[in-house]
Amino acid sequence: MRVSRRAFIVSSAVAAGGVLVIGFQLHGPWHLAKTPAPGTNPFDTWVQIHPDGKITLMLAKAEMGQGVFTGLPMIFADEAEIDWNNVIVEQSLKTDGTGGSGSTTGSYTPLRRAGAVVREAMISAAAHKWSVSKESCIAQQSKVIHRISGRSFAYGELVPVARKLPLPDVEHVPLKSPSDFKLIGHAIPSLDIPDKVKGTARFGLDVRVPGMVYAVVARCPTFGGKLATYDASKALAVPGVLQVFPIEPRGFQIYTAGGVVVVAKSTWAAIQGRNVLAITWDHGSHSSETSEALHRDFQSAIAMPGKTIRNDDDVDHVFATTTKHVETTYEFPFLAHAAMEPMNTVIHLQGGKCEAWSPSQSPDWACSAIAKELGFKESQVTVHSTLMGGGFGRRYIGDYPTEAAQIARHVSGPVQLVWTREDDMTHDFYRPAVCHHFTGTLDHDGNITAWSDHIASTSLRAQWDQPEKVKPESAEIGGADNPPYPMQNFRLSYTPVDSVVPRGWWRSVEHSFNVLAVECFVDELAVAAHQDPYRFRRALLVAAQNRKPKPDDKRDYGRFLAVLDLVAQKADWGRPMQRHRGRGISCAPIYDGYHAQVAEVTVKDGNIQVDRIVAVVDCGQVVNPNGVRSQVEGAIVYGLSAVLKGEITIANGQVQQKNFNSYDIVRMPESPRIEIHLMENHLDPGGIGEAGLPLVGPAVANAVFAATGKRLRKLPLRFSEKAA
Amino acid sequence: MDHFVLQINGRTLAVDVDGQTPLLWVLRDTLNMTGTKYGCGIGMCGACTVHVDGTAMRSCQMQVANAAGKAITTIEGLSLNGLHPVQKAWIAEQVPQCGYCQPGQIMSAAALLANNHHPTDADIDEAMAGNLCRCGTYMRIRQAIHRVAQETSA
Repeated sequence: MRVSRRAFIVSSAVAAGGVLVIGFQLHGPWHLAKTPAPGTNPFDTWVQIHPDGKITLMLAKAEMGQGVFTGLPMIFADEAEIDWNNVIVEQSLKTDGTGGSGSTTGSYTPLRRAGAVVREAMISAAAHKWSVSKESCIAQQSKVIHRISGRSFAYGELVPVARKLPLPDVEHVPLKSPSDFKLIGHAIPSLDIPDKVKGTARFGLDVRVPGMVYAVVARCPTFGGKLATYDASKALAVPGVLQVFPIEPRGFQIYTAGGVVVVAKSTWAAIQGRNVLAITWDHGSHSSETSEALHRDFQSAIAMPGKTIRNDDDVDHVFATTTKHVETTYEFPFLAHAAMEPMNTVIHLQGGKCEAWSPSQSPDWACSAIAKELGFKESQVTVHSTLMGGGFGRRYIGDYPTEAAQIARHVSGPVQLVWTREDDMTHDFYRPAVCHHFTGTLDHDGNITAWSDHIASTSLRAQWDQPEKVKPESAEIGGADNPPYPMQNFRLSYTPVDSVVPRGWWRSVEHSFNVLAVECFVDELAVAAHQDPYRFRRALLVAAQNRKPKPDDKRDYGRFLAVLDLVAQKADWGRPMQRHRGRGISCAPIYDGYHAQVAEVTVKDGNIQVDRIVAVVDCGQVVNPNGVRSQVEGAIVYGLSAVLKGEITIANGQVQQKNFNSYDIVRMPESPRIEIHLMENHLDPGGIGEAGLPLVGPAVANAVFAATGKRLRKLPLRFSEKAA
Repeated sequence: MDHFVLQINGRTLAVDVDGQTPLLWVLRDTLNMTGTKYGCGIGMCGACTVHVDGTAMRSCQMQVANAAGKAITTIEGLSLNGLHPVQKAWIAEQVPQCGYCQPGQIMSAAALLANNHHPTDADIDEAMAGNLCRCGTYMRIRQAIHRVAQETSA
């Protein structure tokens, strides 16, 4: 559990209109290290209890479809004993970075404590008014009831007294027993779904400010290139086009391409204007990069020893004294996020202030990036975070808010920066391209005697860390640096490979490729050991459970084994299948939980159809089963797109895929039947936005092997590629 | 600039735009009807789906000049109160996650169900294959469509 007590501060404030306001702080684990300056308001989340009984939670997490606008209020409202129908959720203007599957994990205890503070404050106020003991009062459904007399006060009626009393001590406020939960653990409909089916939910691209104009940017298609010359005359002749001007690229940690901006009265006119711009690009020094060259760089990298990251005992000695080695290489391409809503931001500069509307996972970063671009103080910049049409890690980055700020300087009045799909596809921050080279050995009982994994990748951190502090391996090895299976002799090494292609956080980040590689290689070892892949894993995890725990291994192998056993049972593991069909299994302890999946596939004429996925999830306390199921279903489909289809290729330093016709994703006919089984317990909640994703790839790849006897090791999985 | 009279959601609306402008951008930028979404601009994602004379069409691929005189229905006009059977089924099955593609999904599903009260899985595959959902809500969409069919026959 990564909840820090320090992250929780609480205070009451007296606001206008007789409202009780309680502020606190929800810094997620993914916050980009920004501590409030001394003397500034440290709070980011507020509860307002109005005299009319309305309760507003101003929440510092952003909603991108992952359900925080329902799940987080449930946690708060349950402890606060609030009538769920009276809760209003609003976006805090100090919304934090939202990602890393950290919102529920990081906010669970702070929100429970905040809720308990509200409940106890209401009970204290009622007891004070009645001159009775607090112990004789109970709170339920936004009311405090005096148990003996049956008298009651609605929370709203208690606000004037509660405002005058000291708040309960947040560190010692009593929390409910899980057996008393009324909302947590129950399937609650998402609060934002009605607006989303009516078409009234407002995303970033739907922001309309009076007098607003629209802007698109022509960017150099080659990464690292820049504008040489341009002629705007034809663009300015397009009806509706208002302005054409250049903007500069921005460098470290912002990474915008610069280019030529076309501002128009409508998005369409701006796009038409851009189409007829005459531009000469300086393609820069990286215009020779290709995916083929990158593949060769990976081959060279794994042929040499890498930097040793972890080395337990003596792998080389075992390899030298064992005749049979299992040796294999897995390779992964760059991937785009391809959120359905392309990037965009509205900015209005007026009277030395900046108002922005941005569909951002990190409005705090957007705020600082905009302020830096404009030379403003952050206090001069207000960022409204809108609903996001998907996030997946792409919307963490401050590039598009920065571009919007650059453009807004040239425009009088509000302007909406619109990225077209082509812009989104060709100027993303891509999942790193990666290569894993494994060597493993087994004893006669199927124990893994030695395991060597050499990862080469286009490192994320090499792009984002300060150059003097780069640890290129630090965001590349999770899921591979400490596999759950016992291995006396273990080595992990790493080699960074240069690329001009920008890299970013992509749903489940390094786990998306490392768990696939590890769980496929374990399957290869099972085959080499002539063992069933489920039984092989199970025996190894039982061995891990029975050994003396290692100091760095906090895993609960009992929970892990229960998940593995249940997935095998629910998926009819071992039941014979027809020709061309196969089952594959995978499991991993990730995001503070335990996960296992089984895929069923049919492979005919080289075409892989995924028929069924069974997933078992132990993510600790489930806050909203409906939300958890949605997230796991979605992560499976997102992961499946990468396994079956996803590939960004590079030629001349440019992305070759420009739209969904060349970067397709899983569609309705390819989407499998998904069955999810949730383990029930009250342990600290783990993250769920990403955890379902890493397992689908290895389950499918292992199922393809079971169906065909062919092991595909290059992603996406295709039979046109050379199969071993 | 040309003058067009559009029939949208039962209302008559006049716009002055270039006749080649896709209906999508007339809806979104000229008429501020932002329920219809932009996703790809090439008819590959279905986020911009509307009904034109009862048929599901990609509004990014239809020039406004060709839409004039036809009955256009957008997500805003599918029902008066947001309670079209498809919308109710979407709520019952808790379909949307981010929700961005869902107006297009709902318009495609409503067009399917208007012509085929009991679609099979194969019918659903065919009718919905053009609507992408990056959040991966396909299974719930399928269940919601079946739910509408069951409730219609009940």
